[in-house]
Amino acid sequence: MKQTEIFILPGRELYRQLPEIADFFSSFDLDLSESDSGVDALLDSLSAQQMERLGMSRIQFRSALIDYVSGVEQLSVDEERIHSISIRGGRDKSGCAEDVDIELVPGQIVSIVGPTGSGKSRLLGDIEWVAQGDTPTGRTILINQDVPDPKWRFSTRHKLVAQLSQNMNFVMDLSVEEFIRIHGESRFVPNLEVKIEQVLSQANALAGEPFEATTHITALSGGQSRALMIADIAILSSSPVVLIDEIENAGIERKKALELLVRKEKIVLIATHDPILALLGEQRLVLRNGGIARVIQTSSAERANLVELERLDRILLQLRQRIRSGETLDSLDLP
Amino acid sequence: MKFVTVSGPPSSGKTAVILQAIKALQQQHMLVGVVKFDCLATEDDQVYAKHGIPVRTGLAGPLCPDHYFVSNIEECLEWGRSRKLDMLISESAGLCNRCSPHIEKITAVCVIDNLSGIGTPKKIGPMLKTADIVVITKGDIVSQAEREVFASRVAQVNSAALIMHINGITGQGAYELSTILNAGAAPDHLQEMGLRYSMPSALCSYCLGEKRIGKKYQLGNVRKIQLDDPHGDTP
Repeated sequence: MKQTEIFILPGRELYRQLPEIADFFSSFDLDLSESDSGVDALLDSLSAQQMERLGMSRIQFRSALIDYVSGVEQLSVDEERIHSISIRGGRDKSGCAEDVDIELVPGQIVSIVGPTGSGKSRLLGDIEWVAQGDTPTGRTILINQDVPDPKWRFSTRHKLVAQLSQNMNFVMDLSVEEFIRIHGESRFVPNLEVKIEQVLSQANALAGEPFEATTHITALSGGQSRALMIADIAILSSSPVVLIDEIENAGIERKKALELLVRKEKIVLIATHDPILALLGEQRLVLRNGGIARVIQTSSAERANLVELERLDRILLQLRQRIRSGETLDSLDLP
Repeated sequence: MKFVTVSGPPSSGKTAVILQAIKALQQQHMLVGVVKFDCLATEDDQVYAKHGIPVRTGLAGPLCPDHYFVSNIEECLEWGRSRKLDMLISESAGLCNRCSPHIEKITAVCVIDNLSGIGTPKKIGPMLKTADIVVITKGDIVSQAEREVFASRVAQVNSAALIMHINGITGQGAYELSTILNAGAAPDHLQEMGLRYSMPSALCSYCLGEKRIGKKYQLGNVRKIQLDDPHGDTP
């Protein structure tokens, strides 16, 4: 849309050509959907009091509208597909060079291990900020083996990393369906009804106990919340990288959750010390003193042990289930 | 000396964000000081002092805090210069959301938090709408989807701003903020520079200390609520 058109087209016509514009006006408590006059005419007609309520001057309002329209128009441009994210080593806190050159590709799970303060957050920060040797670690992040477009750093709509951690809760006072809808709408997701259905059924497949579309998100259990967050990230979030900071082993099918993310072509990073989650990764980045000290490829011996670990895990889950249903554990009856 | 104005609703995490940014700036060998503007009482100056950060506090007391800000900020810059600061940050709480301390051409930051509700970006006035950088805090405790929805609501009212997520506790994102602050303006003086948004058209009898209720005490710039507004009843 031409800049001049934004201000002279009748409101009715403006809404027809660019339905997303309703969000902009409603955030200033304005509605031009039925109006025959344009934005400039509307601004002319506002009293000093009404102008004051906009919280910005006429010039600022006009430029905000131009920015908004160009932002929406950029959304419809096809998103560039990410084939790889590379981490070129920098240095650790003592200044020692980090001898790594790692390439992460969609559908891959990578574990990140190391004690508190070892630099896990900084590594993630470097990826999120697509570091170009300009962060304390001196690391360089490449996208599709190239110097990334600055939009990955500065645009709200292009965030490289989506995050999920144990500490996260839902805070909005909405039902599950309203919540998924409001998220989809904020990202102008097409075919939203279908997507809502998908998120709901995937979340239920991951959660130990099922929940309804009408359940309030603040009333979900920890496991159900985590399941909904993961299904939502997998289906509605555009970020190519998902960072998971531990997921508890209760009320959620962790392996299925990771499989869902991998199937949706996400690069999954898990900061965890849980042996099962750690071994699900193809490799582990060992962080020490602010740097990646070692990269361990999950060996075939480890993969074989994973089977045994999962067996132990199932036993613990069964015991957990027995406690939940009020039984005693005087006899463990292990298989 | 670079100068940055930071605003934001009470308890949104302004002080924590500034502390984390200063920590990152100090590692780049910069001397950074803070002027804290508040209304009645603040203990934030002690927090800054505890971290060895040069700080001055201005309490607006009976005055409108934003009027107080604008009539003191030049002197604050002088103070910063006399202390040989590389950067001065002014921190002011947005109290009624009506005004904004942001000055033309001076890097303007607004701090708001994810817990404040998705309606909040719409309710906060010029301090958010005219900011260059909007810092969103407390993202570590809400879901990814809520973070995305909140950020998109911010972008709706200020699409030109750079929106950053910063964890005030761990400092994640603060280094990145520091690089942007570092690229900001270093004004020689503020004389003749303008606020980004006008102050309220005030001055009624209550501004001058009147406390009694009643029409006969209401003098000066008084405006009445429209209770017979036919649209007033619609939710």
